Amino acid sequence: MSEKKASLLEAINLALHRAMYEDENVVALGEDIGVNGGVFRATAGLREAFGIKRVIDTPLAETMIAGLAVGMAAQGLKPVMEIQFLGFIYAAMEHLVSHASRMRNRTRGRLGCSMVLRSPMGAGIRAPEHHSESTEALFAHIPGLRVVIPSSPARAYGLLLAAIDDPDPVIFLEPTRLYRMNPQELHDDGKRLPLDSCFTLREGRDLTLISWGASIHECQQAAEHLAERGVSVELIDVACIKPLDLDTLEASVRKTGRCVIVHEAPKSCGVGAEIAASLYERALLDLQAPIQRVTAPDIPPPLYRLEGLYIPGVDDIVAACAAVLDYA
Amino acid sequence: MPDTLNLPYTRLLDPQGRPVAELPAWATDPELLLRLYRQMVLTRLFDQKAVALQRTGRIGTYAPTLGQEAIGVAIGALMQREDVLVPYYRDTAVQVMRGVRMEEILLYWGGDERGSAYVDAAVAEDFPLCVPIATQALHACGVASAFKIRGQHRVAVTTCGDGATSKGDFLEALNVAGAWQLPVVFVVNNNQWAISVPRRIQCGAPTLAQKAIGAGFAGEQVDGNDVLALYARMQAALERARHGKGPVLLECLSYRLGDHTTADDATRYRSSEEVKQAWQEEPIKRLQAFMASQGLWDEGREQALIAECQAQVQQAVEAFEAVTEPPAEAALEYVYAQWPAALAEQREMLRERAERRREASHE
Repeated sequence: MSEKKASLLEAINLALHRAMYEDENVVALGEDIGVNGGVFRATAGLREAFGIKRVIDTPLAETMIAGLAVGMAAQGLKPVMEIQFLGFIYAAMEHLVSHASRMRNRTRGRLGCSMVLRSPMGAGIRAPEHHSESTEALFAHIPGLRVVIPSSPARAYGLLLAAIDDPDPVIFLEPTRLYRMNPQELHDDGKRLPLDSCFTLREGRDLTLISWGASIHECQQAAEHLAERGVSVELIDVACIKPLDLDTLEASVRKTGRCVIVHEAPKSCGVGAEIAASLYERALLDLQAPIQRVTAPDIPPPLYRLEGLYIPGVDDIVAACAAVLDYA
Repeated sequence: MPDTLNLPYTRLLDPQGRPVAELPAWATDPELLLRLYRQMVLTRLFDQKAVALQRTGRIGTYAPTLGQEAIGVAIGALMQREDVLVPYYRDTAVQVMRGVRMEEILLYWGGDERGSAYVDAAVAEDFPLCVPIATQALHACGVASAFKIRGQHRVAVTTCGDGATSKGDFLEALNVAGAWQLPVVFVVNNNQWAISVPRRIQCGAPTLAQKAIGAGFAGEQVDGNDVLALYARMQAALERARHGKGPVLLECLSYRLGDHTTADDATRYRSSEEVKQAWQEEPIKRLQAFMASQGLWDEGREQALIAECQAQVQQAVEAFEAVTEPPAEAALEYVYAQWPAALAEQREMLRERAERRREASHE
């Protein structure tokens, strides 16, 4: 068991190595994942360790990658595919929505679809167009899929291992902005994290701050700022977007009475809307102020000169929290 | 546009059942001929029954196989049990030969997922029929990749119609099958019509088989109404794929004698003269004429076979009609391997809704 500092990217790489070592049915496939080790190097070393039969450089065709994974999974392999950027996933959607998510249901459990689709997500790395999307809500709307977004090396490691174990298809989205940020101590001990629980990162009394993915980083800073002003913030990393652990969120909001939801995806029909609606259904009378959402506007991620405006900042989060705290 | 590639085209029997080429030895084996003939007749009788069941409201929309029986029967006769079929939605003939029960096919079109559960272990790994056009071609490549990764000498066989060859999925499947030399056989059931769009405006290439050439492997045409030609070429294709020599594309030239589905009316877009002409080439009469010329068939045997097949179809209809309604729970039972605790509320919602409807129906 090794123990050293690892970035989120290195944590993913460690989890992939471990999953492939533990289960020979796990295969990795995608564009440039083999010899090149992935454009972000998430799959570096896999090909050397596990060979070209299990670490597969595919032709450049996203529809094919997802379709192939459906066929492999029906044969009992566990494909872990990489879509190079989330903005290129649309070509794969038909296989995810019409087949991967339904094969078990369609065949009454005769054929399953245990697979993981990994893809980098989010803005903030000065990338070209289509490299900065946050479209988790598209997948969260599809019955049969699970959607997971880690926000720390340890959660990336434990959640990815759990996603690969899971008998159902998991969309595993990796915030590129966090890939190399803040390496942390990581125990490569194979320990899985649950796929249907939120993570309370910081306990507090005055306000519940709910987020996931890269925005957790800004939320942590906002919570620090607010703490300096004497505000006690409870910060929850949703991490598993679908299914959603509403019980944890509800309990926190009942305790604090105030809630701000932060996500990098556009506002309308974002996962924040689902969470807010559910909290109103469950805890309306415990709320002391309307829930606020801090999100991207309903625009495509701008090219990088303006992408800073797209991403919710610490200032936006602090302002929203202040408004909720000051409400009546 | 002329076929400048001169791809092979195979026909052994003409529409009157007369040999037009030297026949392989198996082509006069009475047992094999009877098996092929019987399955084609069974498929057609089942098909007629399924359409009748739709017309009387006992099943939903159904996609008839009428006119294409030979293609499925040739595939079904040759695939090994350990091979995997990845069908489209007009594959009654091959599915039944593989081990899918006719009552399961009725159950599927009769609105019940249990129709794709396939109780026979022989088809445990076969795919259910696939509605989104051409997507199954990629699933077959995934299955074939698994065979290759595990070093198994098995073949994935996938079928599609002529319209499907226009889709990106089909072309991406050919591409990866060629790039990786996968053990997969693509059977294009060119029945000339993709609902209302005829073959000639579906694609500018003179053959659909030549799409394989661009992917780096063999493509050929075969008379899709000549079960002996289909048997010969399918045998060669499976042999080739099984022994690691790569994929094959068989374009089977046939004709969709029926409507696209029971929800379609083909008289809106094609002439009765064309359909009448196509009936002259249909596969069952052709094999029947050949068998008669071999002294293997007569009216008495024909009547006995029809009676036997009809009884088999009737048995399937009875088994289908004996299936009780699924419980409400069945709607969510298999969405996930285990219904997530986080969604427990929705399970309760569904249960309550079912209960309310049940009570309302008793009032």
